[in-house]
Amino acid sequence: MTGNEAMAEAAICAGCRAYFGYPITPQNEILEYMATRMPGVGGAFIQAESEVAAINMCYGASAAGVRTMTSSSSPGISLKMEGISYLAGADLPCVIINVARGGPGLGNISPAQGDYFQATKGGGHGDYRMIVLGPATIAEAIEMVMLAFDLADKYRVPVMILSDGMLGQMMEPITLPEPVDPASLPGKPWALTGARGRHPNVVTSYAIDPGDLSQINTKRQSRYHQIEEKEVRYRETETSDATIVIVAYGTVARIARTAVRMARSQGIKLGMMQPITLWPFPYAPLRTLSSRVNTILTVEMSAGQMIEDVRLAVADRAETPFYGEVGGLVTTPKDILREVKRNVS
Amino acid sequence: MSVNMDNMVKVFERPRSLTDAQFSYCPGCHHGLVTRIIAHTIDELGIQDRAVIVASVGCSVTMYEWFRCDGIQAAHGRACAVATGIKRVNSNLIVFTYQGDGDLAAIGTAESIHAANRGENITVIFINNQIYGMTGGQMAPTTLLGQRATSCPDGRNAQLAGYPIRFAEVIAQLDAPVYVTRQALYDQKRIMAASRAIKKAFQCQIDGKGYSLVEILTNCPTNWRMSPVESNSYVMNQVVGTFPLGDLVDRG
Ligand SMILES: Cc1ncc(C[n+]2csc(CCOP(=O)(O)OP(=O)(O)O)c2C)c(N)n1
Ligand code: SF4
Ligand SMILES: [Mg+2]
Repeated sequence: MTGNEAMAEAAICAGCRAYFGYPITPQNEILEYMATRMPGVGGAFIQAESEVAAINMCYGASAAGVRTMTSSSSPGISLKMEGISYLAGADLPCVIINVARGGPGLGNISPAQGDYFQATKGGGHGDYRMIVLGPATIAEAIEMVMLAFDLADKYRVPVMILSDGMLGQMMEPITLPEPVDPASLPGKPWALTGARGRHPNVVTSYAIDPGDLSQINTKRQSRYHQIEEKEVRYRETETSDATIVIVAYGTVARIARTAVRMARSQGIKLGMMQPITLWPFPYAPLRTLSSRVNTILTVEMSAGQMIEDVRLAVADRAETPFYGEVGGLVTTPKDILREVKRNVS
Repeated sequence: MSVNMDNMVKVFERPRSLTDAQFSYCPGCHHGLVTRIIAHTIDELGIQDRAVIVASVGCSVTMYEWFRCDGIQAAHGRACAVATGIKRVNSNLIVFTYQGDGDLAAIGTAESIHAANRGENITVIFINNQIYGMTGGQMAPTTLLGQRATSCPDGRNAQLAGYPIRFAEVIAQLDAPVYVTRQALYDQKRIMAASRAIKKAFQCQIDGKGYSLVEILTNCPTNWRMSPVESNSYVMNQVVGTFPLGDLVDRG
């Protein structure tokens, strides 16, 4: 199975019963997989007229109480940003997969990490946050899609899987998780199911009175704080005795793992920290780590986006060099090792 | 004089599916009339506990607050996509959108056409007042040639802004829609006809027949700078000339 198909099947396993999408390379396999798979499980599938329509179909299906997903790649994700802001503003759960590609503009269809800012710092308008998960392997992607649906429901927030064309297109043997029966999931008393024997339910992000909106937003922010406290996830490899540590997520983390092995075999004390939640970002663990090591090298397939969060966490406790490839070029373990060596004195 | 209520027959009352909240529309605005007709229809068809209102962005933005029905607020123009999402996961619900001309026929053109073209089993109520009411009277895609708006102060000029779009006719070109009609509210006869059309559109959905659109020519006394009475005459004498009334598709 390709990474794209695995993520689609993982969504079905998680109880996703509504998928709306629009073709764009390199994520087409998710749409195509859902087109064949959804009818068999009694779910809804539509190839929408645009990414704007798709995310708004998600908004409706999610409001009706069903686990809902859409997927796209960078240019299409830009179009979904309005809808993501509305999902956040109406406290609706939804899973969005970005199989990111080179940008800006039409860019190219090669893997890239230039959408980190968009995913983690807003992207759409207004004071909102979105949980962002960055899988490095297909096994991680499956696990994270399952987790994404649970977190989305638990906190009533949109959750993004920030992957890239490399992960989407590669093939790996996988084990699929135990499927979840949607009927066994916790109820959603807020959902639109018809006002029978209860007060009407309303799903809206609109509050004309600033006092009201302030109250609603403050309540939502406290949920965000809870997420920051409880849901930070990351993985450390070979950091206990490391003098230099790579920080990388997604495909770069996968490549950097090989670089760590190569470095270790040459006696270089290299470790790696892989943020799994890009929001909430693992600031505290990175801060702790930074007081034990000399250098924290951030590697991204971008001109440097996550590096801003790394520097926020590290401050001046360690050196924070950056190495990036842009335009859809994929970095190699050898390139990374060269950068490591340049930074160990 | 004492009145014995027991002997009186109630001939007019507030529809049961409306809450006690006051409409936020201006006095004399047809929005209020259509909203009331919809509530009455929901009562008549007994669907208060199945109906889901998809409110759009425009003067009717808080429509869900006035009904004892579940409701959702859609982003500007996206109501038909939102309605599609709801209906596709729960076909037992009676899902309708209520959209202005800016919402449905400008920013939401793609969503409006494609929901109709897929034949989504939803009901679309389209309020054509030839103006952007909520934002203070700018030109709409439906503004008549020569009709003034704040963004075409000398009247709509076809060279600059094209022609008023006849959206019901656009939708009527498609194969999927089962009921497409244009109605008005300028006199009692028209109000009765519009009420029947709205009821029929909901009935189509209840019967599982598919997509229906009711376009209603309405007024905007505030931004047209007319009295409600003048605005009724304007719809009758001017607007209908550009937007002919009647059923365009009836496969119901
Ligand atoms: C994306 C976006 N663009 C613009 C607006 C501003 N806006 C609010 S209502 C409206 C026009 C409403 O006109 P119409 O749909 O005709 O409804 P009416 O108020 O006339 O009933 C506009 C442009 C918005 N809310 N969202
Ligand atoms: S601004 Fe116009 S359309 Fe809006 S409520 Fe007032 S009269 Fe009606
Ligand atoms: Mg209007």
